Amino acid sequence: MTVLASELKASYAFVERNFFLTRRYWGWELAFLVYSVAGALSISLIGAAAGDNRLLLTLIIGAVFWNYLSVVFSWIADTIAVERWEGTLEYTFMAPVRRWTQLLGSCLYAMAYGLVHTAAMLLVLVLFFPQLRPESMNLLTAASFVLLGSFSFVGIGMMAAILPLLYVERGAQMTFVIQSCLLLVSGVYYPVSVLPGWMQVIANVSPATYVLRGVRAGLLDGTPVTALVGDMLPLVGMGIVLIPAGLWAFGRAEKYAKRTGKLKRVG
Amino acid sequence: MTTALAPELNIARPAADAAATASATVVSAPALLVEHVTKRFRPDRRKPPVLAIDNVSLRLERGTIHGFLGANGSGKSTLIRLVSGLLTLDEGRVEVFGLDIERDELAVKRLINRVSVDAAFFKKLSPMENLLFAARLYGMDAAVARREATAILGRLGIAKNRLGRPIEQMSRGMQQKVAIARALLTSPTLLLLDEPTTGLDPRSKLDVQAFIEEVNQSHDATIVLTTHDLAEAERLCERITLLNGGRVVAEGTTPELKRMVAERHGQPETLEAVFMTLTGRSLDDDVEEDGDNND
Ligand SMILES: Nc1ncnc2c1ncn2[C@@H]1O[C@H](COP(=O)(O)OP(=O)(O)OP(=O)(O)O)[C@@H](O)[C@H]1O
Ligand SMILES: [Mg+2]
Repeated sequence: MTVLASELKASYAFVERNFFLTRRYWGWELAFLVYSVAGALSISLIGAAAGDNRLLLTLIIGAVFWNYLSVVFSWIADTIAVERWEGTLEYTFMAPVRRWTQLLGSCLYAMAYGLVHTAAMLLVLVLFFPQLRPESMNLLTAASFVLLGSFSFVGIGMMAAILPLLYVERGAQMTFVIQSCLLLVSGVYYPVSVLPGWMQVIANVSPATYVLRGVRAGLLDGTPVTALVGDMLPLVGMGIVLIPAGLWAFGRAEKYAKRTGKLKRVG
Repeated sequence: MTTALAPELNIARPAADAAATASATVVSAPALLVEHVTKRFRPDRRKPPVLAIDNVSLRLERGTIHGFLGANGSGKSTLIRLVSGLLTLDEGRVEVFGLDIERDELAVKRLINRVSVDAAFFKKLSPMENLLFAARLYGMDAAVARREATAILGRLGIAKNRLGRPIEQMSRGMQQKVAIARALLTSPTLLLLDEPTTGLDPRSKLDVQAFIEEVNQSHDATIVLTTHDLAEAERLCERITLLNGGRVVAEGTTPELKRMVAERHGQPETLEAVFMTLTGRSLDDDVEEDGDNND
């Protein structure tokens, strides 16, 4: 128990440090929010132009979710990239903390930041489109799916963090490739059924598919969470598989980096 | 030459953890034991690997300051990284206070810290924010960490009002002092200093040297020091290991080494003569490779 407590305390070190970074760059964070809102708005307006509220909400959900994943992935990848870049990663790796502690701390902050950022965006969108009727939405369903899906995204995030660990210059940008492919096959702005057959097969193993489907059911149709257990179980399973897989993969990459001397930049 | 630290500088151990590891360490074991360690790098598969550390064995007794000297590229930093666990050993083994660095990884990590030649920080964050992060990783309390950090930095001549501003606004030497503070904050019992005073002005250099002695004496810390400043090595190090091309070419106290070079090679009895004689560059292959290693 005390081990767990001290590991969680060490996790908090990463949360706090990333918070310091956000605070230091708050002007940029605001600008980034404007950028995200503008992007989401312009996609959502396609639905408004079609005069179809269902399409409008489908697009909003897609845009908001895209934003959430971008933010989460870029935080996880960027903190590793900056540490590699500045050389502090050598010190972090020397500290007596387990790797899962470090990655958990980074992922927790990324998710908290992503939630705040996305909530701010959602608020703007709801104000912008008064034709939406929030009272008929089931927010609990949407929140449950996002929460459950987050476990899988943490696992994928840990795997994505390997890229900046090994490729300091371009690794962080490459994580966006993972993210966009994930969303492409998961039906971000359209139903999965319009995808070619082979993509639909991949869609079945993407956690984002289930999250998007669950969130849409909750917000478009007001479906209660109890009616969607069939979509939740795969998410639980993927979380159970992906988090250990992510840790394992990151550990392998760390070993490789230590064997080949890739952690060093100066001195 | 130095007296004990002022009371407010009584660097606290990261409480419970240190106690736990202390009991795990073997009382009679040396501070650092390196046995037949070899490390090769192979940045290019088409070329033979670079033998950065070649069958090195060392034994450092507790409480000493031990110098690693050698030309650029002789393997000093690589050896320090191997001990720090930042590189895996190709062959051989390393023990820190009787604990195997691979088997007892976490316990060893609590006992050591390192300062490298470049001050690696989140440059946009302040010294205090950077140090607080480091301290938390070692399980220190935030309030204690703040107090200790202020005291250590004050001792190294960094004023309190600089602690809240981004570190990028500090000069290189000041950043280096913050890096030294980061290592000392966690009260390491084995402190690895890789050219800690490179780039410091003469006064700062003296400050840091005095502080290294202080930490060594009043905290019973064993210190490994690499430097290209031979006067510094002579002043601080009880024993010196000379590396050349990844191999240990000599080991001993400064007077022993000087005498050896004078007797065997007819050189003057200075540390410079020791360095020049024993690290004569036989590194032709290394020079050739240097061209492609500039990544
Ligand atoms: N990460 C790495 N990848 C590839 N080669 C490396 C790496 N680190 C060190 N080397 C090689 O290992 C050899 C020893 O390097 P090292 O940095 O240990 O030297 P050093 O004694 O610290 O030199 P200096 O006095 O310049 O700091 C050099 O030939 C160097 O090119
Ligand atoms: Mg070096």
